[in-house]
Amino acid sequence: MGDIHVNGLGKAYKRYPNQWSRLLEWVLPFGLRRHELTWVLEDIDFHLRAGEAVGIVGCNGAGKSTLLKMLAGTVRPTCGEIAIGGRVAAMLELGMGFHPDFTGRQNAVMNGQLLGLSVEEINELMPDIEEFAEIGEYIDLPVRTYSSGMQMRLAFSVATAKRPDILIVDEALSVGDSYFQHKSFERIRAFRKAGTTLLIVSHDRYAIQTVCDRAILLDQGRICMQGEPVDVLDYYNALMAERDFKTVRQTVLVDGRVATVSGTGEATITDVQLLDAKGSAADAVAVGEKLCLKISVRTASVVPRLVLGFMIKDRLGQCIYGINTHRLDRPLLDMADGDVATYEFRFEAALGKGSYSVSLSLSREDSHIDKNYEWRDNALIFHVYNNGKEDFVGCNWLDAKVDVRRNGCQVLRAGANHNAPG
Amino acid sequence: MSVNLAIAIWRYRGFILGSVKRDFQSRYQNSLLGAAWAVVQPLAMIVVYTVIFAEMMRTRLPGTSGTFSYSIYLCSGLLTWGLFSEIVMRGQGVFLDNGNMIKKLNFPRICLPAISVLNALVNFSITFAIFIAFLLLTRSFPGLVVLSALPVLIVQIGFATGLGIIAGVLNVFFRDVGQFIGILLQFWFWFTPIVYSTASLAPAARNLIGFNPMEPIAQAYQGIFVYGRAPDWSRIFPVAVMALILCVGGLWLFRRRAGEMVDEL
Repeated sequence: MGDIHVNGLGKAYKRYPNQWSRLLEWVLPFGLRRHELTWVLEDIDFHLRAGEAVGIVGCNGAGKSTLLKMLAGTVRPTCGEIAIGGRVAAMLELGMGFHPDFTGRQNAVMNGQLLGLSVEEINELMPDIEEFAEIGEYIDLPVRTYSSGMQMRLAFSVATAKRPDILIVDEALSVGDSYFQHKSFERIRAFRKAGTTLLIVSHDRYAIQTVCDRAILLDQGRICMQGEPVDVLDYYNALMAERDFKTVRQTVLVDGRVATVSGTGEATITDVQLLDAKGSAADAVAVGEKLCLKISVRTASVVPRLVLGFMIKDRLGQCIYGINTHRLDRPLLDMADGDVATYEFRFEAALGKGSYSVSLSLSREDSHIDKNYEWRDNALIFHVYNNGKEDFVGCNWLDAKVDVRRNGCQVLRAGANHNAPG
Repeated sequence: MSVNLAIAIWRYRGFILGSVKRDFQSRYQNSLLGAAWAVVQPLAMIVVYTVIFAEMMRTRLPGTSGTFSYSIYLCSGLLTWGLFSEIVMRGQGVFLDNGNMIKKLNFPRICLPAISVLNALVNFSITFAIFIAFLLLTRSFPGLVVLSALPVLIVQIGFATGLGIIAGVLNVFFRDVGQFIGILLQFWFWFTPIVYSTASLAPAARNLIGFNPMEPIAQAYQGIFVYGRAPDWSRIFPVAVMALILCVGGLWLFRRRAGEMVDEL
């Protein structure tokens, strides 16, 4: 239960030069083939074990939705096979089949039936659906009076009322407000714990990194990479910047992380070091320590404008801080071939404990999308430990101070007398 | 293959019946009179025909004496034609109109034509019940012979369903079909003796009209309700065979093109 095997899967759409040629192909019994096949997915192979969570990423038109539709069973594959064990719930579009003139309850019943549940099952699940959707008395009002968020909440509650063996979600995780998003994530996590296999398509990096064990990158209808979500997403980002494949390379670092480097190569990073207050290279720094990020760059041809940027990411790949020399108003202009530039960024490690990575970019403008000389993910890894600072949580050290008064008198330390001087 | 389809329909019966109910309700949901409109509309139609033809124009059918015989003649053909054309017209658009649902939800698609046929049947039963009431009130009820209208109805529904599914599938690939069906039904209506009787036609036209499969059907209804006469089954039988062929052909076409249909929507 919950396994998915996909072998040699492909999907092609027929394209006819015009409607008449389709008619001719249909009516002439041994006629010529008059259509051309446009392949949107080719050679898709993967295997998911029960309880695995996989995110599918790729740019628009990469074939993600077609793949999900085939797994959900609405679109038929042109070749290859899909073997699915268990009940599939597919949320390709929430609120599909809702009728605006009927109440939330009536729509929930209809929608549940459409998803293959029996009326008795739905009636049994109804209290859960109502409770989860949290739309109160609106449940008995026509759906047309709902806000779009309420509609989504109800639809999500119905679609996930019964735990499926396989859950397929297309861009639907951004349901409602952040409170409900959080709640729907929780439900999906609970399903996973109970053994549901999860397949999601999302452009939300955070969603994929927090929920998935694995990511699959689709590009132009083919699987172009599978692996750890962080690595796949880094690669995907690099791909987005650099549509020309060949310049993207990945190497596995000592700690197992994958460094992704892409770019056209007119300028390259030759050295990167993180220096502590004493000026020696550090891979572990204390909270609040003064740091210097030292980067050397060499040009390999004429570069009209050079901007260096760095970004600190946490363990999950979330960006903590990023800045570049364009925004700091220090771009280098008219660089000749072979020029060397060194940069020193000074900052305090106002970070929570944990491990962080530094990504670097060399570009012409503010954004690396425009002209990307080099993009380097995981150029450097460092750890932050808490030495001497109060034990705080989170990824940012805000150095909060506190002023506490008890019955109007200042309290200076734990257990201090309430009439202490001050 | 049809066994699978039947199982699918049975499994989704809740959804089908719910949809039929919802479709019916949604039409009258925000009106004050509600479902009363479902009754008023056909009633108005029957009254109009009766008043205009029986009272104002004093139209009489040759060979009958009753005041209402022409309006009964008209209604028996018209109401059943209404069912026929509603099934075909709904069938023609059923896949196209539900395109998004077909693409995004995995459910047996055969439910969709089933829903549209049932919807048409609900409307028809109301209309027909009023017609029967009208017959009783005007003391024109022909008696137990009305039961023989049932097999004729089944043949007609089968014919319409087969045709509707074929038109519905083809319409996805060739939008011309939808346009064409509307025109076809209009010609077909006037090519069927509903408003006029075959007796009033020239012999050449009468021969030609014999090829129209709806002609024996219409005549059967008119015979039952106007003259209290059982249908000539030997004339219904070929139509039943055609209905069967259309249904099998429709299901075959549907099965064969269902996958490609999703790609086109």
